[in-house]
Amino acid sequence: MNKKLISNSYWVSIAAAMGLNIFAIPISLKDFNPDWVLLILIYWVLAVPERVGVFNAWVIGLFVDVLTGRLLGQHALAYALIVYASLRFHKWLRQCLLPQQSLFIFFCLFFSQAMEFVIETFQGDAPQLALSFWMPAFTGILLTPFIYMALRMSRTSERMK
Amino acid sequence: MVYPLQTLVSFPSDFAENMQKTMASYSALKKENARLKEKQIINDVRLLKFSALENENIRLRGLLENSFEIGEQVLSAELLSVNLVPYEHVVVINKGSNFDVYPKQPALDASGIIGQVLRTSPLSSEVMLITDPSHAIPVQINRNGLRTIAIGSGQLDQINLPFLPNNADVLPGDLLVTSGLGGTFPQGYPVALVKDFIVQPSKPFANIYAKPLAELDRIRELLVVWSDSTPIPLLSVPVGRANAIDKINHQQVSE
Repeated sequence: MNKKLISNSYWVSIAAAMGLNIFAIPISLKDFNPDWVLLILIYWVLAVPERVGVFNAWVIGLFVDVLTGRLLGQHALAYALIVYASLRFHKWLRQCLLPQQSLFIFFCLFFSQAMEFVIETFQGDAPQLALSFWMPAFTGILLTPFIYMALRMSRTSERMK
Repeated sequence: MVYPLQTLVSFPSDFAENMQKTMASYSALKKENARLKEKQIINDVRLLKFSALENENIRLRGLLENSFEIGEQVLSAELLSVNLVPYEHVVVINKGSNFDVYPKQPALDASGIIGQVLRTSPLSSEVMLITDPSHAIPVQINRNGLRTIAIGSGQLDQINLPFLPNNADVLPGDLLVTSGLGGTFPQGYPVALVKDFIVQPSKPFANIYAKPLAELDRIRELLVVWSDSTPIPLLSVPVGRANAIDKINHQQVSE
């Protein structure tokens, strides 16, 4: 029962994150929109590592690629690699303090952004990516504590029921 | 978003239909071919009449001062409020290939060119704005007909003309219209107003900036245009239609 509940809130949060990824926020804030799906994936990997796998992340990445019209597999590759790293280190990470965890998450976000940069640049017609391209990694890390609190609250309240 | 699922669902029936076509017998195909040829002849005869009617229709619409231009058809589409990636200027509209929207189709609104369709799915399509850094549009200056190419700048209120020499006859305030070269955009639609002309003495080309006429940051609706921008080979125009076009041109001149 508990497992099913976790699974429900997992998929709901991922779907909501996909919505947030393409949500039309004002143009001035557009550059700051973080990669919500990745943030939430990392949260779930650290919270319930037995639930989220590399393949899972890969499929979610494919969905994100379709959703945002990127080269198919671009996000999938980044997500799979990051989830692999998080799974590999999760025992160690769970003993760390929140700032140290945040540092790890920041590296993950930055890595995903870097992969996107490389793939976009290799695709040929060289979009002149401005410095603001790297912004999502920074806003993402600022939002992490809030996402953690919200998701942890939803998890514990479900456990209460 | 749902399109992969739809293709997956429709796969079995598509596959069955394909198999049926592949396995059809020679005689059945021959029969069908004969039937289709017969139908084609009948349709050709009808088309002859229709082309004359079409030209008459265009002339009458011209008398009504309608915005209808020769051979162009429009479909209005609404923008979906989504925002795919921050570093590209791509918007999603609610009309897709179900409405025969096709990639490279021009999109515009009442004030000017907006962009072109990038890719389509049955229910929606993505439109790249003219300000996208990887978008280029062939334009000409309305005042003197000087042709060049305008490249998107990545800012919603600016496009660049990087290929004009320092002594080019361009003034701030000049109107840029589509030149029709390249065949993607129909000729003569307004694109932008020249904003700045900055001479770079040390370089062969000047820096020229223009402001798109369409308010790209606040459009809610746009028009997708079907235009016959590919030149019609003269030889294949039926004699009746060519005469009709000449006649219309002549009448318009005399009016």
